[in-house]
Amino acid sequence: MVNQSLKANSVTVEFVGLRALDNVSLTLNRREILGLIGPNGSGKTTLINVLTGQVKPVSGTVTCDGEDISALLPRERALRGILRSFQTVRLFSNLTVEENIEVAAIAKGSSRRAAGRIVDRLLEEFSLGAYRAELASSLNYGDERRVEIARALAAEPKYLLLDEPAAGMNEDESATLMQVLARLPQERDLGIIIIDHDMPLIMRLCHRLQAIAQGKTIGEGGVDEVRRLPAVIEAYLGADAVESEDHA
Amino acid sequence: MAVYVQFLIDVLSLGSLYALMALGLVIVYGILKLVNFAYGELIMVAGYSLFLLGGTPLPWLVMAAIAVLMAIGAGIATEYAAFRPVRSKSVTAVLITSFAFSTLLQNAALLFISPRARTVPLPDIFSDTVVLGGATIPLRNILTIVAAAIMLAIFSFIMKKTVLGLAMRAAATKFTMARMLGIPANLVITSAFALSGLLAGVVSLFWLGRIGSVVPGIGLEPLLVAFIATVIGGMRSLQGAVVGGFLLALIVTTFNYSLPPELLKFRDAFTFSLVILILLWRPDGLIKGPATGQRT
Repeated sequence: MVNQSLKANSVTVEFVGLRALDNVSLTLNRREILGLIGPNGSGKTTLINVLTGQVKPVSGTVTCDGEDISALLPRERALRGILRSFQTVRLFSNLTVEENIEVAAIAKGSSRRAAGRIVDRLLEEFSLGAYRAELASSLNYGDERRVEIARALAAEPKYLLLDEPAAGMNEDESATLMQVLARLPQERDLGIIIIDHDMPLIMRLCHRLQAIAQGKTIGEGGVDEVRRLPAVIEAYLGADAVESEDHA
Repeated sequence: MAVYVQFLIDVLSLGSLYALMALGLVIVYGILKLVNFAYGELIMVAGYSLFLLGGTPLPWLVMAAIAVLMAIGAGIATEYAAFRPVRSKSVTAVLITSFAFSTLLQNAALLFISPRARTVPLPDIFSDTVVLGGATIPLRNILTIVAAAIMLAIFSFIMKKTVLGLAMRAAATKFTMARMLGIPANLVITSAFALSGLLAGVVSLFWLGRIGSVVPGIGLEPLLVAFIATVIGGMRSLQGAVVGGFLLALIVTTFNYSLPPELLKFRDAFTFSLVILILLWRPDGLIKGPATGQRT
């Protein structure tokens, strides 16, 4: 079907005295994983905030499956299937793991019984069954991350925006998480944006990349293509690296 | 023996009222991180409802039920009048609007009813006594304890087992995140105010049972008590509110029993000194709730 995508169209965001995003566009299709890369402070998280409605752009629009959703509140966008995770884990710490996931399913409009089934499935899919009745505050960091993603999935998203989902995880944990994430787009007809600094991980997982530096898109396209762009290398490693790459 | 039984019943019955009162305050605070200073007026509204119904031939239980419904209605009205319009603005704004709503209700009672105390209808059973372990106990105190136990059970069921309770607990930990998942914030907040009205309404029946009449300023003491109980128990925890309520009742009752008559008029000074000591020892209250961050 056409138009099955989440789009930011020529978005500009200004904070006091700072242009955080300058005329940036982004397209996330269903069934794909888009990697959003760029140095710290380049505007990646701000772009996610624009898509979820937490930050209002001074110009530009956001469309979801062809419809302009620029005026919608974060909550309304969540109900339309745009869910996110945060750089810092934001679980409901005084709820159990099970309840954390259940509450998201119910908020989306599932009945209690349907929510129960969703919880069971996600607990199994993310190997969280053992922690079912534990309080979220008692989990270690890697488990918290997995609960957070399971919680977002319980709301049956069409677009899932993950802000550094593997941050703080060890090698094994992040490898396991990647295996789960890689399957999701096809299984759930889902589009995923991942922000991460772990380039090998990003390159294995993503179908496309978009690179941002100083609030501007400096490259987008296939993974190998974007990685070799001089502007991308320069933004990450400085201008010298580009020269040495050219000579090589 | 008799004196111990009496002491125990006194602590438990007073503690029941304090605990329910504190719970009603903390359920709103937990979600909004704002103290509802018009909370005491819910007791007043229930009190005047009882007074106005006093002339009707209705059975007392029906009057009581209507009074509790009025308190729930007043709780919801507080949210609409004082909180919703300014909720996202600033803490100070809500502080002032909730004080304003409290003053408005008190003055309405002054103007339309009377500044003088008005007797409320009470059931005969409230003035009966029973003999327990050699002590003569007002039956009212036993009923207070039973009612509080039932209310706590209902409250705990709602919070733990229902969808609404789940949503309220989620919103109390991370309000923004709950909203971002699609939890209807307004519904959760209105429900919290309604529950707080229910608790205050039930408390009012027994509170009025102790003093027998209602005045416009009746809400001040219960508000103060609820506030102190939540501060001792921990503002962020529902269990803390209950523990704080019973602890405050224990402190007050102990002073009532042990202070010599000439010092009894300074009881509150002793109570507050002890409260200060408790807070020096545990600044966050006895039970620490979940660490919560942002308000809106």
